[in-house]
Amino acid sequence: MPMLDVKNIHKSFETTEVLKGISFSMEKEETKVIIGTSGTGKSTLLRCLNQLDPPDEGEVWLDGEELTNPSIDINRIRQKIGFVFQDFNLFNHLTALRNVSIGLEKVKQLNKEKARERAMDELKRVGLEKQINQYPAQLSGGQKQRVGIARALAMDPDIILFDEPTSALDPELIGDVLDVMKSLYGKVAMLIVTHEMGFARNVADEIIFMEGGVIVEKGPPKQMFQSPTKQRTKEFLGRIATLYGAE
Amino acid sequence: MATSMFFEFLLDSLPKLLDGLQVTFLLTIVAILAGFLIGVTLALGRIYGNKIISGICIGFIEVIRGTPLLVQLFIIYFGLASIGLVFSPIQAALFGLSLNSSAYQAEYLRGSIQAIPSGQMVAARTLGMTKIQSIGTIVLPQALRISIPAWSNELIYLFKYTSIAYLIQVRELTAEGQIIASRNFRYVEIYLIIALIYLIFTFIISEIVDRAEKRFHVPGLGVPKRASWLRNT
Amino acid sequence: MRGLAVTIELTLLSMLCASTLAIMMAFGRSYGKQPLPFIALIYEKIFRGIPLIVIFILVYFGLAQIGILIDAFSAAIIGLALHSTAYQIQIYRSAINSIPEGQVIAAQSLGMSKLQAIRYILLPQMLRLSIPGWSNEFTIILKDTSIAIAIGVVELMRQGRYVIVREPSVALYILLVVALIYFIFVFTINRGLSYLEKRYHISGLEITKAR
Ligand SMILES: Nc1ncnc2c1ncn2[C@@H]1O[C@H](COP(=O)(O)OP(=O)(O)OP(=O)(O)O)[C@@H](O)[C@H]1O
Ligand SMILES: [Mg+2]
Repeated sequence: MPMLDVKNIHKSFETTEVLKGISFSMEKEETKVIIGTSGTGKSTLLRCLNQLDPPDEGEVWLDGEELTNPSIDINRIRQKIGFVFQDFNLFNHLTALRNVSIGLEKVKQLNKEKARERAMDELKRVGLEKQINQYPAQLSGGQKQRVGIARALAMDPDIILFDEPTSALDPELIGDVLDVMKSLYGKVAMLIVTHEMGFARNVADEIIFMEGGVIVEKGPPKQMFQSPTKQRTKEFLGRIATLYGAE
Repeated sequence: MATSMFFEFLLDSLPKLLDGLQVTFLLTIVAILAGFLIGVTLALGRIYGNKIISGICIGFIEVIRGTPLLVQLFIIYFGLASIGLVFSPIQAALFGLSLNSSAYQAEYLRGSIQAIPSGQMVAARTLGMTKIQSIGTIVLPQALRISIPAWSNELIYLFKYTSIAYLIQVRELTAEGQIIASRNFRYVEIYLIIALIYLIFTFIISEIVDRAEKRFHVPGLGVPKRASWLRNT
Repeated sequence: MRGLAVTIELTLLSMLCASTLAIMMAFGRSYGKQPLPFIALIYEKIFRGIPLIVIFILVYFGLAQIGILIDAFSAAIIGLALHSTAYQIQIYRSAINSIPEGQVIAAQSLGMSKLQAIRYILLPQMLRLSIPGWSNEFTIILKDTSIAIAIGVVELMRQGRYVIVREPSVALYILLVVALIYFIFVFTINRGLSYLEKRYHISGLEITKAR
């Protein structure tokens, strides 16, 4: 049984159907990358997974539990699904350390000291031991995003969802964040929406190409980049290569 | 039965209330206009005046804003009378409300003037305008437009606060209510009617001012997101 | 100096009531389900449209008419609180609205409930952001307490009047002293709270400042 099983997800906003039946699954500690043009519903899909936007139809299963079941305690489940945002969404009134520890204290009910230690470890892991007492406004974009990742990691999630984690960053800061993500490979499952093709190619176990609310094609990076079976995939990868200058 | 009695009562008291409402309007209009003229002077004095003028303007503005309107009215009505300067209630109210409003209006205007990039003043001066010309033709027109939302708050605020004049025996709306109620002790009915009158007119005034605001809108001349949440202080 | 004490009590108590009520209504308006936002909106419109003095009279006599007899002091607190709440809702609301919604979503994605997100993420930021508007309102309430004279509360202002009635020739001096007292208080509150504002300031956490 796969760790995460997504079955036939549909989601509409008012009259437009954004997701038209998405299915895929992920194993423990697997890394998958979702690519696709803007407005295809990638963000919507991620939000459907942790029920920030409950899907209209379809099922999401994590560790044998159905998250789409309305009677489930969703706050308990969300602890197991980390989320890293494009625009960080750090808590502006809290230091980097407190940003990471607040979930441990208030949701996981750890005592202050334990939460602090754990948060410290996570910030070290993302290379921010020097910035622990700074407020978000005093951090660079890359540092903010690494706090965001540490915040997600601290909750011991089974899987972390990344929604274009580097899109809001200056080019020279992207590397730091991608390095941190690379270092997580094989330690926690990651589902990553990104336009960083180089990263996708080197790190992903599988690449999922979405367009128009459906999955057009998926497969290992090698196959997707060298011999995609669908014409659309070829076109998209060709275009993105010129756009982002990937190999 | 009860309703018809209420309407009879309403019809009985309405003429008196309308008399009072007229006085309320008189106070509001005079105070907002006189307050505007004095306010502009104070704002300009505060920003562009030399140390002494600026100091006087700041002092005046801060004292007015630091004390209750009621105290100001009492000083003018009772206080000055005690040293031989006697005003009628209505004179005292007009005087007090105008001075009070001028201090607040001066502060809005100052905010607006300071929101205008200083480069505009420089640009005007490089065209050969004098300082006074630049202020009059470049800075003030923009500042006044920017002040409209704050100014509309002030108008509604004044309309409501003229009611305080009742406490120095001015026979405006609230006072007329008191006179009627003290005869028949129907405080609640009469003051519900009065509350409704105030509500209706604050609503009408804010509608009118909203329209005016749209009318005088200049593209790009943004109202700095000021003070929709700041009450007049 | 009894009057002074009454003025301070009036100010503090009505500020306390109004802030509590307004914070709840502000959250109701921004994050509540209908009809909460609607009720808060109507409340705001009504109590911003009626002069304080009329509210005082309605509370004082109105409650009496339906059988609830309260003293003028309590009526003044209720009136001041009802009135100020209508203005304070806006203060808290603009503070709440200036906090990016993403932070609430981030909190939820950590597994916090909506109430936890409000309590630990929104509320602390909102309170800091509200300090300038709040201090502003504080001084307004202080000044507005003088209007309680209308329903016979013996506060600073009325105390002043008593003296004037006994000794009309010194009216001006008495009133100037009263004015001075108010001025000192307003000044102190403003100073004190702008100190508080600096003290609890967090870089990057501010409403685009109005002035
Ligand atoms: N809350 C919402 N209400 C209405 N429409 C929405 C909402 N969220 C997303 N949409 C619409 O759904 C579509 C998919 O949006 P989504 O953000 O999922 O795309 P995306 O693939 O993440 O694009 P991008 O690469 O730009 O982030 C868009 O057309 C968007 O306008
Ligand atoms: Mg997106």
